[in-house]
Amino acid sequence: MKLAVSNLEARYGPAQILFDVSFTVGDGEVVALLGRNGAGKSTTLRSIIGLVADRSGGIEFQGEDISKLRTHEIARRGLGWVPEDRRIFTELTVLENLEVGRQPPRAGAPTWTADKLFALFPNLAEMRQRLGDRMSGGEQQMLTIARTLMGNPALVLLDEPSEGLAPKIVEQMAAAILAMKREGLALVISEQNLRFARLISDRAVIIEKGRVRYAGTMAELAANPEIRDAYLAV
Amino acid sequence: MEFLVVQFLTGLASAASLFLAASGLSIIFGVTRIVNFAHGAFYMLGAYVAVTLTEWWDGPLGFWGGVLVAAIAVAVLGALTEVSLLRRIYRAPELFQLLATFGLTLMMQDIVLLVWGPVDLIGPRAPGFKGAVQILGQQVPSYELFLIVLGPAVLAVLWLLFHRTRWGVLVRAATQDRDMVAALGVNQKWLFTSVFALGIFLAALGGALQLPREAASHNMDLRIIVEVFVVVVIGGLGSVTGAFLAAVIVSELNAFGILILPKISLVLVFIVMAAVLVVRPWGLLGRKEAAPRQVLGATIHPWRPLSQPQRLALAAVLALAACLPFVSGNYLLTVGSEILIFILFAQSLQLLMTVGGLASFGHAAYFGLGSYGAALAAKSLGLPMGIALLAGPVLALAGAFIFGWFSVRLAGVYFAMLTLAFAQIAWSIAFQWVDVTGGDNGILGVWPAALVGTPARFYWFAFVVTVAGVFCLRALTFSPFGYALRAARDSELRAEAIGIDRRRVQLTAFMIAGSFAGIAGALFAYLKGSVFPETLAIPYSVDALVMVLLGGVETVSGAVVGAIVYKALAIWLMSETEMSKLVLGAVIVAIVVLSPKGIVGYLSDIARRTPWLAAWSNKA
Repeated sequence: MKLAVSNLEARYGPAQILFDVSFTVGDGEVVALLGRNGAGKSTTLRSIIGLVADRSGGIEFQGEDISKLRTHEIARRGLGWVPEDRRIFTELTVLENLEVGRQPPRAGAPTWTADKLFALFPNLAEMRQRLGDRMSGGEQQMLTIARTLMGNPALVLLDEPSEGLAPKIVEQMAAAILAMKREGLALVISEQNLRFARLISDRAVIIEKGRVRYAGTMAELAANPEIRDAYLAV
Repeated sequence: MEFLVVQFLTGLASAASLFLAASGLSIIFGVTRIVNFAHGAFYMLGAYVAVTLTEWWDGPLGFWGGVLVAAIAVAVLGALTEVSLLRRIYRAPELFQLLATFGLTLMMQDIVLLVWGPVDLIGPRAPGFKGAVQILGQQVPSYELFLIVLGPAVLAVLWLLFHRTRWGVLVRAATQDRDMVAALGVNQKWLFTSVFALGIFLAALGGALQLPREAASHNMDLRIIVEVFVVVVIGGLGSVTGAFLAAVIVSELNAFGILILPKISLVLVFIVMAAVLVVRPWGLLGRKEAAPRQVLGATIHPWRPLSQPQRLALAAVLALAACLPFVSGNYLLTVGSEILIFILFAQSLQLLMTVGGLASFGHAAYFGLGSYGAALAAKSLGLPMGIALLAGPVLALAGAFIFGWFSVRLAGVYFAMLTLAFAQIAWSIAFQWVDVTGGDNGILGVWPAALVGTPARFYWFAFVVTVAGVFCLRALTFSPFGYALRAARDSELRAEAIGIDRRRVQLTAFMIAGSFAGIAGALFAYLKGSVFPETLAIPYSVDALVMVLLGGVETVSGAVVGAIVYKALAIWLMSETEMSKLVLGAVIVAIVVLSPKGIVGYLSDIARRTPWLAAWSNKA
């Protein structure tokens, strides 16, 4: 077991966002966190990485309770997080962005180098010295993922990786995620795009209004149109 | 011609220390988002520690070693300050951070006085740089040439540090997005501490390196901090190269300003700063700052005018206060009048700060302009008190219009630094323009008319003016203008979308606040019978800020309570202890850390939680 979330609750001020959210991620497994806008997907991921101050419940990562740790301590244990709004360092070059993410290699997780990442994202290889704010949206998205991988994580939380990207880039993104999975990386991917999620995930967890409504394999979900219509149709 | 070259070189040499201090402030702000008011105090401390160390140790190593060790020792002290104090207030509004670090400055002033005594200390000459070099037939001290080289050298080292080391890359990343850096496994705590230590090291080094040029003295801290604020406003906060450029500009303006306008050389710097701000509001190399994370004055408890029972209670308190002359002597009445005047002064700032969300660090400018306006009208023009009292606020209004026009173009810390710089310019005019203002000697013999000529009558007069003034300011808060001001404070975009011209509304508020401060200042001139440049200086501005903060920055008129408590405390402290700055500084730091809501904010919280009190005060 890589990650076990149990009875997670989260609040922003007086508003409760998450209610009793529980799910698990196995070794090398890709879990899709599905749901509409505002369902609580991003808050779930932000709570796991420790960026939501007001959270409670159990979060176990590789057998260790991380629910009380601070964000950088969680990251140092090999848990990576890729935010949805890209948040690259726009005034740093591509190589410098990667440098910020660099951490020593760790046992039980794939090891990445800048060169290996440039092979995974060939576009980035041609712009090593380019400043972050001179890159397209797709290139920025790839850089955020590469930057997190520089920390040699054992599990990565990917927040809406396909959002706002051109269809061709979405394909490249899916290929990159599958390559990461082949390296043995476990992933939690929040998505609204069911077709994209089906390409890359083993299991699905559906969140609606801050609660888990469904959990099962991707194949079961595909065979179950009622659930899809109830929680995912726009 | 030769003389001009030498003057130019002197300017460049002065730029070195200024650049060191300003770059330190800029670096600290870039990462921690704190404008460190205590930066000037650390600069001063660097100079004093270096004096002691270079006296202890002999020889060339003694001087250079002493300067370096002094800077390192002060940097360690800075790191301790960061760990023990600043870590607690990183998420507080900017004003609180400025005030807390100002409190540190006050404390440090008394500590330096305690350790090194009141006399200016002349440091040693720099070994190896004692002579002079002939340039175009003129003698230029070789130490000046050393400083001229040092500035760019430090700039280069800093550039390498930020671009060629992992630490530097992390710092630059954290400048942009602290949460993201943490999510990538970087412990920000130590990053912040190390950045703060580096910034303080640069400030202390700047102070220590000034020793061969000037003596270590007690006004170094405030003098350098104002110049540093001007430099970072011109150069752009967070930009080291901008700090270098601006330090050179400001130093050259000072060097040549003395030749062009010997009486009021600071005006030249002001004109250049104003020009830069019009063209580039965020400084030459600065970036537009994101909106402040926390709006000053915003509260989750909506403000309401006083309810009927509250009004009755207030009327009773006012009636009691009006009876003071029947029971107390002249000294107490004079203290009472002074407190009344500061109530009006503080309440005028509260309108700007709480309703407008604009934390002015130079509100004393308008208080002082009011004093000078009244005093000049009475003494130079020989006008009667009635008219002179009007001349005060008129002068303050004019000043508030000119300074406010520039200030409302900015927000947050830029606004605070700019208002402070403007107040300092007003101060330097009052100080330097001896023909008109009497300079340091002030204007004496501003006596009130016979009608209010006794302490009791003056008290009543001040009482009526202050009560009317506070009433007007409260009424403004609950008027359509007050709502527009709050809208502009809470969301500029949404306010403009419904037709509110933010700058105009805020400038109007600035002018109103300035005028009321001017009324208070004019009264103050007549209370004291004299006017001095200090009425425009930083301590008066900070007094007003602390009064608002002590009363409650989220309340409509907590400043009234804040002014009473603070002024009474300050007058009492002055009579009880020599170390009043140390105590006052500690009080300011304690308020910011322990009770950021202030007295009235705290009491209203209790009242809201106490059922019978809440019911009573809500009765219509």
